[in-house]
Amino acid sequence: MSDRDMPGDAVVTVAPVASAEDLRLVDALRAGDEAAFESLVNRHGASMLRLAITWVGTRAVAEEVVQETWLGVLRGLGRFEGRSSLKTWIFRILSNTAKKRAVREGRSFPVSSFAEPGDGPEEAAVDPARFHGRNAAYPGGWAAAPRSWDRIPEDQLLSAETLARVRGAIDALPPVQRQVITMRDVDGFTSAEVCNVLSLSETNQRVILHRARSRVRRALERYLDEADAAGSREPQGS
Amino acid sequence: MGAPELTCIELVEIVTEYLEGTLLPDERSRFEEHLAICEGCGVFLDQMRETIRLAGHLSEDTLPAGAGETLLHAFRGWKAAR
Repeated sequence: MSDRDMPGDAVVTVAPVASAEDLRLVDALRAGDEAAFESLVNRHGASMLRLAITWVGTRAVAEEVVQETWLGVLRGLGRFEGRSSLKTWIFRILSNTAKKRAVREGRSFPVSSFAEPGDGPEEAAVDPARFHGRNAAYPGGWAAAPRSWDRIPEDQLLSAETLARVRGAIDALPPVQRQVITMRDVDGFTSAEVCNVLSLSETNQRVILHRARSRVRRALERYLDEADAAGSREPQGS
Repeated sequence: MGAPELTCIELVEIVTEYLEGTLLPDERSRFEEHLAICEGCGVFLDQMRETIRLAGHLSEDTLPAGAGETLLHAFRGWKAAR
């Protein structure tokens, strides 16, 4: 936990600008190219829906938000100047649309992007009880180290059940943590894109991502350890 | 190496900075030196990477809605109105 890194630094300044491909796509849309519009919708539709749900809570409302976002994109197309990437621009419209809708639905969210990292006491990535205390031979060293997942078969790791645990852990996160980990780890956004869409500083984004990943890892560890213990109780278990 | 050695309880809190590539060079060295001698932290780092990898698989499970008739209709309407 480095204090030099705590919130207070500027919201990211290195905005990814529109690429040549973005500009071509925008031209095609302005020219009324239906195929271009469809391919754009297909490319981002799933990510938009996943992100919209984090604000509005239900899939049905999220779908309306996505629709409304596309209408906003069409309305704004004439004003798109390429100062951000097309993707960032679309997702900013999505987040604004979703937030507005969430307010209308009576769901409230922290207004400040800093509200979340500081909410409640600092949460440890790993239960401090799993480390040796100050008077041990290795203070701060593992007392209960995690067990390797190397021998867990790939098809168990990628099973519907394991992935459902991962999804469940993500869904249970506070909204901003859920937004950041969904964008970064599920949908593969860069940190700069996340910072731009959610108006977070780089540092804040990283702190939030760390909390989110740590919680999901804990849930996964709990589940895989349980599955392992259950497996080894069976007589013919490997 | 003037800085005190990194402990496991400290390492788990900077693992994201390590993965993001945002540790300062000397912090990164201390991190990697610790990993070289600590099996538990190696396993922990692997678990974080695995967590990220599994999260990536969740992108497969949302049916992209596609443009659908409503949106295409809206697109045509927008086109016609200009």
